[in-house]
Amino acid sequence: MDLSFGPEYDDFRAEVVNFLDQNADKAPKGNDLRGNAAKDWQKLLIEKGYTCRTIPKEYGGYGAEPDIVKSRIIAEEFSSARVNAGLGGQGISMLVPTLLEMGTQEQKEQFIRPTIHGDMVWCQGYSEPGAGSDLASLTTSAVLDGDEWVINGQKIWTSTAHIADWIFCLVRSEPDAPKHKGISFLLFDMKTPGIEVRPLVDMTGVANFNETFFTDVRVPKHQIVGERGEGWQVANAILGHERETLAPANTAQTRINALIELMKQESVNGDALINNPVYRDRLMKLQGKVMAMRFNELRILSARLNPGQNPGLARMITKLEGTELRHDLEGLAIDVMGELGLAYDDNPHLRNSGSWQREYMYFLGLIIGGGTSQIQKNIISERGLGMPREPKIEKAS
Amino acid sequence: MQFGLSEEQILLQDNVNRFLDDNTPLDRVRTYAEGGEDADIWAGLTELGVPALLIPEEHGGIGLQPLDAAIVAESLGAHIAPTPFLGSAVIAPTALIAAAGDHGDLLAAIAAGTHRVGIAFGEAVAARNDAGIRVNDGLVNGTSMYAFDAEADSYLVADHNRHLYLVQADDPGLTRTHLVTVDKTRRNVELNYDNVAAQTISTDPEVFAAALDVGRLALAADTLGAAQNMLDQAVEYAKQRKQFNRPIASFQAVKHMCAEMAAQLEPCRSMVWFAGHALAELPDEARVTACHAKAHLAEVGQFIAKTATEVHGGMGFTDLVGLHYWFKRIGANRQWLGAPEFVREEAAVLQGI
Ligand SMILES: Cc1cc2nc3c(=O)[nH]c(=O)nc-3n(C[C@H](O)[C@H](O)[C@H](O)COP(=O)(O)OP(=O)(O)OC[C@H]3O[C@@H](n4cnc5c(N)ncnc54)[C@H](O)[C@@H]3O)c2cc1C
Repeated sequence: MDLSFGPEYDDFRAEVVNFLDQNADKAPKGNDLRGNAAKDWQKLLIEKGYTCRTIPKEYGGYGAEPDIVKSRIIAEEFSSARVNAGLGGQGISMLVPTLLEMGTQEQKEQFIRPTIHGDMVWCQGYSEPGAGSDLASLTTSAVLDGDEWVINGQKIWTSTAHIADWIFCLVRSEPDAPKHKGISFLLFDMKTPGIEVRPLVDMTGVANFNETFFTDVRVPKHQIVGERGEGWQVANAILGHERETLAPANTAQTRINALIELMKQESVNGDALINNPVYRDRLMKLQGKVMAMRFNELRILSARLNPGQNPGLARMITKLEGTELRHDLEGLAIDVMGELGLAYDDNPHLRNSGSWQREYMYFLGLIIGGGTSQIQKNIISERGLGMPREPKIEKAS
Repeated sequence: MQFGLSEEQILLQDNVNRFLDDNTPLDRVRTYAEGGEDADIWAGLTELGVPALLIPEEHGGIGLQPLDAAIVAESLGAHIAPTPFLGSAVIAPTALIAAAGDHGDLLAAIAAGTHRVGIAFGEAVAARNDAGIRVNDGLVNGTSMYAFDAEADSYLVADHNRHLYLVQADDPGLTRTHLVTVDKTRRNVELNYDNVAAQTISTDPEVFAAALDVGRLALAADTLGAAQNMLDQAVEYAKQRKQFNRPIASFQAVKHMCAEMAAQLEPCRSMVWFAGHALAELPDEARVTACHAKAHLAEVGQFIAKTATEVHGGMGFTDLVGLHYWFKRIGANRQWLGAPEFVREEAAVLQGI
């Protein structure tokens, strides 16, 4: 057992802390994907290597060798300082890693630089009305006509489609192949004729996701990642990794510290809520869980650094446990505040800018999105515990 | 950076597991549960160095750390092994090493497995209505409830000031009465003291606290092992047992019960490792982490004890498969040395909350 990262990492941590001290005031507050403040901040972070760290210089990244300890230190320090850690969005978190792994040279050159600098916003067109958890049953069709794919069908829950420049999209290109083998991964411009985006208001009151309709949308043949029919593998190449990072424990730690502060400040009948034994116990229970998840992450990190170490089921359970934990944690803050916890939008009594209600709902979204909690349990029991799949139901027709 | 067990630790755990596989199968645990002895098991574990783990080499010990004790506790929990480990190998050595004064002879006897020290900590952890002891002029009077273990040669007794005393089991003023509990894999006793000679070990509450921390870690680790074993049994049983012409393991309700158990238990392993490491190396985090490990494992353990039993259907409720021994041991670990609500409150206070 050796939890020190070594002196070179102490220096690195000091450098990050110092940077945050000097520059945190320049960081944008919200999660804007487009504003100039967000782009300027992103540019600065890339220059310093605090985001897009391992993306090669030729594609606009910082070009460092992968060093997961440094990445972790950056994540820890930005999280504990509660400073915006750079642009997010599905282009940066999902498409760029996919292109780096599976894209052609031209695709990398064309897309990565503008994406990571915030000049090209992407949306992810996977889910369809008839294909959610059972994503591989998707039916949006792509038919090759000369040098172009012709796309028809509908996507749903497409986050940020209304502001996106481009879409990465799963389509059925080989209708006669078995369902996992007939899918292709296409990239296209959202301004292409034949695309209609209809916003869907979500439970937070914002229209962040959409229905996206395609009618004879024509896409150049070469805008495919991987080969024809290999879209399922392309999409899955990074799906597992993405799941692991949805609800990191250091953010949960930051949130529970904020919750402790909140409970010290808020009172009922003159008594601070931190002194109420019931809420105290619920708080400590959650703190114990957050702790367990932090150490679980340490184990995953250690297994990456020390080949041969077996992380067991540690990785497989993080999406399920991490998202449920955050939902519970945000929910406790609301309970603690009682009626005050209901405050929303421009209510003058908001606490922490209304983040408790927002995150409470946001994490319910994450419990559902990216493979629901039930799907996670299927995966854990089948792949983790070796339990059999459910028998297939014969097709009705 | 390396977070995990070392090769030596894995070897230690393999050795203990192998011994327990051979020597404490369920049938052997049953003979203990029905009134048998555990001396042969303890003798075998003594050959492997188990009582000597935490004792310095100068006193005939091995000089290992709390994490090593935790991984042994995990194996003992997995095998629901009847042993005096918690008191004699974990709490007493920790207290005697931390206490001022020379306790070399006693430590050497513990390490050699020739002397078993039990613990009577109830008064200092959570005094229940019927209990209560007073120590005056080197004499103890009163009652300790749920002392552990029943066959100890001496007992480390804590009073409400968190002072520690040693009393001898054969003192004429000491009456020891077996208290029947649901957990038949370890025996509790009530100690009645009538002017029993008390050797003062420590009047420093920190010594008591240090021993308590490691004891709580050992209980958390015992629950980790027991819960993992119950989960493994549940998964195995579900793959064999057929209903509606298919293994019940293919029913999603059963799969999800198992997935939930696994998802909650897996982080507990890292938690026990970290808490063990912290007790030796990270004094600022050690006590809070030990409290949380104790309380969190109590909750996860309880959930798994129930759910793994349910996966077995009626068979889980019978004495036949003996699953109840694990269920009850996890239940006892939950209450010993502080029920989770109390321990979490301690964690809060320790953080200045
Ligand atoms: C906030 C948010 C953002 C999203 N953003 C995007 C996006 O940008 N792009 C995109 O493509 N998609 C996006 N999604 C869609 C998301 O991936 C799907 O909602 C998710 O995969 C579930 O599919 P579904 O909604 O069709 O639910 P369904 O699959 O219909 O599930 C309904 C219920 O049935 C359960 N269920 C289904 N199958 C099984 C099974 N085999 N075993 C047990 N239970 C089962 C589910 O767990 C769930 O409880 C987003 C979703 C949310 C909530």
